[in-house]
Amino acid sequence: MGKTKTFRSFLGALPGNIFAGFVVSLVALPLGLGLAIASEAPPIAGILSAVVGGVVVALLGGSQLTIAGPGNGLVIVLLSSITLLGGGDLYQGYLFTLAAVVLSGILIFLFGLFRFGALSEFFPASALQGMLAAIGIGILAKQVHVMLGVTTAGGSPFDLLAQIPDSILYVFQNPTIEVLLAAVLGVGSFLILILYSRIQNPIFHLIPAPMWVVVLAIGLTYYYEFVAAVPYPMGKNLLITLPENLLGNLPFPDFGKLGSLEFIGIVISLTLISCIESLLSIKAVDKLDPLKRRSNVNKDLRALGIATTISGFVGGLNVVTVIARSSVNVNNGGSNRSANLFHALFLLLFIVLFQDQIQRIALPALAAILVYTGYRLAAPENLIMLFRIGKEQGAIYIVTLGMTLAYGLITGITFGVLATFIMHVLINKSVFFFTRNWLKPNVLMFQEEDSGNYFVSVKNFCSFLNFYKLKALLDEIPEHEHVIVDFSLCEFVDHTVMEGLSDYRRSFSSKNGVFEIIGLDVHFSDTQHPFAIRKVLPMKDFLNLGKHLTKRQKTLEILAKKLNWSYRPELSSEANNLEQFEYFKSKQINYQYNVLFDETEQFTLFDLSYSEGAFIAKEDLKSSFLMIRLEEKVPQFILDKEHLLANLYEPLGYQDIDFVEAPDFSRRFFLGGKNRKEIRKWFTPELIFFFESHSYFHVETNENTLLIKGRNRLSSIDEIKKMLAFGTELTQILKKQ
Amino acid sequence: MNSTPFNRILIGFAFSPNLKANVFEAMRLAEFLGAHLYFLHVGSKSPAKAKTFTEILEESPVQPKDFTVLWDEGTPIEVISEQCEKNQIDLLLLGAMQRENMVKFYMGSIARKLTRNAPCSVLLMIKPSVVRKASQHVVVNAFESPGTENTIRAAFHFAQALSASKLTLVEEIDRSEVAEEADDDRGLRKVTLRKEKLKRRELSRVREILTHIPDTLKENIKIHSQSIFGTRGYSIGHYAKVVRADLLIMNSDEKRKRFLERIFPKDLEHILSELPTDVLIIKNKQNG
Repeated sequence: MGKTKTFRSFLGALPGNIFAGFVVSLVALPLGLGLAIASEAPPIAGILSAVVGGVVVALLGGSQLTIAGPGNGLVIVLLSSITLLGGGDLYQGYLFTLAAVVLSGILIFLFGLFRFGALSEFFPASALQGMLAAIGIGILAKQVHVMLGVTTAGGSPFDLLAQIPDSILYVFQNPTIEVLLAAVLGVGSFLILILYSRIQNPIFHLIPAPMWVVVLAIGLTYYYEFVAAVPYPMGKNLLITLPENLLGNLPFPDFGKLGSLEFIGIVISLTLISCIESLLSIKAVDKLDPLKRRSNVNKDLRALGIATTISGFVGGLNVVTVIARSSVNVNNGGSNRSANLFHALFLLLFIVLFQDQIQRIALPALAAILVYTGYRLAAPENLIMLFRIGKEQGAIYIVTLGMTLAYGLITGITFGVLATFIMHVLINKSVFFFTRNWLKPNVLMFQEEDSGNYFVSVKNFCSFLNFYKLKALLDEIPEHEHVIVDFSLCEFVDHTVMEGLSDYRRSFSSKNGVFEIIGLDVHFSDTQHPFAIRKVLPMKDFLNLGKHLTKRQKTLEILAKKLNWSYRPELSSEANNLEQFEYFKSKQINYQYNVLFDETEQFTLFDLSYSEGAFIAKEDLKSSFLMIRLEEKVPQFILDKEHLLANLYEPLGYQDIDFVEAPDFSRRFFLGGKNRKEIRKWFTPELIFFFESHSYFHVETNENTLLIKGRNRLSSIDEIKKMLAFGTELTQILKKQ
Repeated sequence: MNSTPFNRILIGFAFSPNLKANVFEAMRLAEFLGAHLYFLHVGSKSPAKAKTFTEILEESPVQPKDFTVLWDEGTPIEVISEQCEKNQIDLLLLGAMQRENMVKFYMGSIARKLTRNAPCSVLLMIKPSVVRKASQHVVVNAFESPGTENTIRAAFHFAQALSASKLTLVEEIDRSEVAEEADDDRGLRKVTLRKEKLKRRELSRVREILTHIPDTLKENIKIHSQSIFGTRGYSIGHYAKVVRADLLIMNSDEKRKRFLERIFPKDLEHILSELPTDVLIIKNKQNG
């Protein structure tokens, strides 16, 4: 009975997953080609790893929405491996590297088997970000030149960065059509990628940004072929070549360097980076899942290991879980593992059917995608964010970034971990505090017999060194329960832990659970940021961020005074159970700020930072919201402006409710909800007239709270006043009913 | 067993700033338990020392009916152990040390060895005071072990004697007994179910023990029971600290049979390295 039911729901979700898989393959095609080319491997290697990854991980993996394929993080290791092991002969280096890929696959499988899924917990969050930024800069430094059509640049990342002015000068000094066309294609592609999220046209957004780049690149060749009728003026070295017979002559890994020290180093780097990138991505995708399922990371690691080994044998690269493609999957309605499988099948179809078209894609276009990827990894916003959290976090980031660029990934992350530990020692002015307590148990969890609440107490210190102990306990609490985490016996809590806990708070809140953190009020923190390090003993306040109010904040303060409300400008990660609203189901809430609320906290007005998608497909949004607590329970519904392509809520299972007696309202508004009958009864003519006669807001209810959202940006003071008036009037109408 | 299983109490004393508090605390305890009190000084006896000590004794607000002062020379561990044997002592009192600048208490190396080797039960006191502070909440271990029933019985005697109002029985369940991993939603459901089952099993075992305790001992005491999944010997100490218990009562070291269990730190080690509160360790007389 249960089996057939799940099978039927699987079939029902199939069309959605085929579509999602298709869209993902549109992104995966250029990324796969680009990442392989950036690693100096044959372009087809990237597609092969995505195909193998998609099939194997879909069948054996432990997560639902992730997409597997070649990853950004590995580009640097693969590149140095291919150039180093080949000793100048790139193809021979590629064959040696395939052997390293096969072995790292076995290691990744073993990591999964021995349940090392907690591995990524042992790295401080800021150091990991620094390492990712270094990878981003590494990719960017090399690909900027290719984007401009220059393929001669080489050397260390620092050398490559220093050569950027030369490459730009080269373009201006040699204004031939060949040089200019390559540069224009590259820069144009880059502009598409940057401006994509700014263009709010839903039809334009039907095709993902990387595919627009591909369309532009291929379209250009057709223009020259059919309209201008001249040979395509693009250098031979800037075009892709795919093997004539795809399956006929698969390269076979060369195990000739098995014992050499550099080979072993590469295997270890590949394994470590694969695991870290995959684990971080899986964690990030879980946050985006509208159904909030929990992924089995160890099972995923095993599947990725098997996929990597197979991929290495057929000439592909390492297979990792990739965040950008996964988030495209979520945003396009992917709901189970079959989307990953379909993405692989579509890719296979593309390289078989469109071999000619793929060979028309010029390298500058692909390089532009990689430059954009690199830029997103190393975005300065990340560093600024870390400085907001605390000066020391910024320092850790910079140390890791610099060390990774100069000495490679393993050295870089080691220095990052050391730097973090030294910071913690300096802040606490004691090494013994850590060494004495590190290996001792420090966490206690019990379910209180009378209330049924889970109580978790942490002693001594809690940092990246021992966060896994706390996590192991928290992972065993069902997310719909009430948890109290008590830090009053804990003297030091670091940024990694604070950030990790905020993830827990989010997942508990989205499943109607409660996740409370207590005992941190005796702790001192350096900045107001919710993720800042907490320490019991006071420390000198040397960074006064957030003390100066902006003009808008000052007017908000005045408004609050006028209304006799309270005003809190500082950031807070407490999100008022916003996750329970449908609007936030596949979005991630970052923090809220500029909170205005009345005495009884019936009305709460706030600005919210949240994001949709992840990594290169990520869109950061800031909007103003008004939340109203009603006295009585109201039926759950969503009311929004009706869009041309208003299937936004269909993946969530909502259909538009129309009223025969109110054609204008039905035409202009999308109304959906779980209990359609109740909603119909509840929407009286008076209420419908109210909505018709006022400007559009996104209105949503959940039990007895009403959420009103302004525009897709922060509202101005006037708009906020309008929103308040709208909310007040609406509440009065509801009161009458 | 006329009143409690603690009829003879011994406290070692040295001429330290804590002397007065230690002596007062011991005299109060002896009074509550109706026990004979032995004071033991390891070192030579001199008239000056004897005089100081007598003065302190006379200051005490409670004067026990009978006490003995012993003077003996030798190494502390041997002397104290010998005297315990000779006088058939039931309970040995030891003071804890405090880490500098920290609110943490631990047992010194001598006290630690004594705790292990003493032929009798041991009470480790973290903050003896001149003025009496009433005990409210007693936490007792109730994990599955042959010595546990005896410990619980002794705990009730002690709680009655000190007129404590609340007694919590803590069942520590080793995490490995769950034998499931909460890797994904399905695993989590399995873990939750398994934990529920283990908790019910432990609860019924503890209820069974409670029926063996005479009702007179249970009078006026609120009895609670709490299951904890965690490191045995550690969790109960952390729990006692969290609930601000006044006294923690534990079994003494178990005689371990399996070799593997020997090389890991013994259960008591966690408690001794960081005392959450006063700790009473019950020696099971029948087992030697």
